[in-house]
Amino acid sequence: MSSNHSGVVAHQFDDAVQQRETANLGMWAFLITEVMMFGGLFASYGYYRWKFHDAFVEGSNHLDYLLGATNTGVLICSSFTMALAVQAAQAGKRKSTIVFLLLTMVLGLAFLGIKAVEYTEKYEHHLIPGHGFQVASAHPNLVELFFAFYFTMTGLHALHMIIGLVVLSILVSMAWRNRFSTDYYSPVENAGIYWHFVDIVWIFLFPFLYLIGRS
Amino acid sequence: MSEHVIPKGVYVLIFVTLLILTLLTVEVSFWNLGILNFHMAVLIASTKSMLVILYFMHVRYKGGLTGVFVAAGFIFLGILLTFTLADLMTRGWQYQPDTSAFSMLIPPR
Repeated sequence: MSSNHSGVVAHQFDDAVQQRETANLGMWAFLITEVMMFGGLFASYGYYRWKFHDAFVEGSNHLDYLLGATNTGVLICSSFTMALAVQAAQAGKRKSTIVFLLLTMVLGLAFLGIKAVEYTEKYEHHLIPGHGFQVASAHPNLVELFFAFYFTMTGLHALHMIIGLVVLSILVSMAWRNRFSTDYYSPVENAGIYWHFVDIVWIFLFPFLYLIGRS
Repeated sequence: MSEHVIPKGVYVLIFVTLLILTLLTVEVSFWNLGILNFHMAVLIASTKSMLVILYFMHVRYKGGLTGVFVAAGFIFLGILLTFTLADLMTRGWQYQPDTSAFSMLIPPR
């Protein structure tokens, strides 16, 4: 084991600070690959929206912007509670860490619940791209293209939320078993920046998908 | 530096600002600004992201290396968006509603 008194520093690191910064930088490197993945989707979405603007406005007007705005609010609240969870972990407050992580999970589940309501509504209105797709429009194929983007982008985002919820539940169990200390809270901190990243993706998805051509 | 614990008040301030900006982006989308509606949406979303990155993700309080990583991410995202769109939007393709490339991708029903 390392000579470090805390007993949580792996032997390749000088101290807890270096270990923490290394883990943090690794998380950022991962998040940048995520930015590039979503970036590709945003680039193709941007092109088709520019090319087929009227059809995308039509498609967007099938979405309920109030549900989208509510979900944006829910996600911002969850980012706030996540930031407080990280702060509590930094201060070594086990109980608040657990409480704020659980609150974040509840808000994350609320987001997915609202998303499920929206998806169900799209299903009932035959707006899922594929053979069942039906829409009263002059160019149904292009409205379908909008919905293909809508489901790909929000679906990939929802998948990230689900992965985030799994990570958070692991953190709750680790915090419960008293695994974190003021020297070792990297898992909470890095799950935090992941969660905030997922929030940022939604911050862009919301106006791009829900708020086109409302004026 | 990395030991920096941000006071709760800062988080509350950022949180409230983010909620206000969300309401603003909804409100602005109903104003008739023409092409500027899109620019306003991007501007507000970018501002919100900046606040999340700098404060919630602690980049403002981290060392320069984290900043370089984050900036590199955005530079490459900029290259991806600018070069892809600059190419596609200047090709002068003809679009005909019923024979578009996309309609051929979907089997007839």
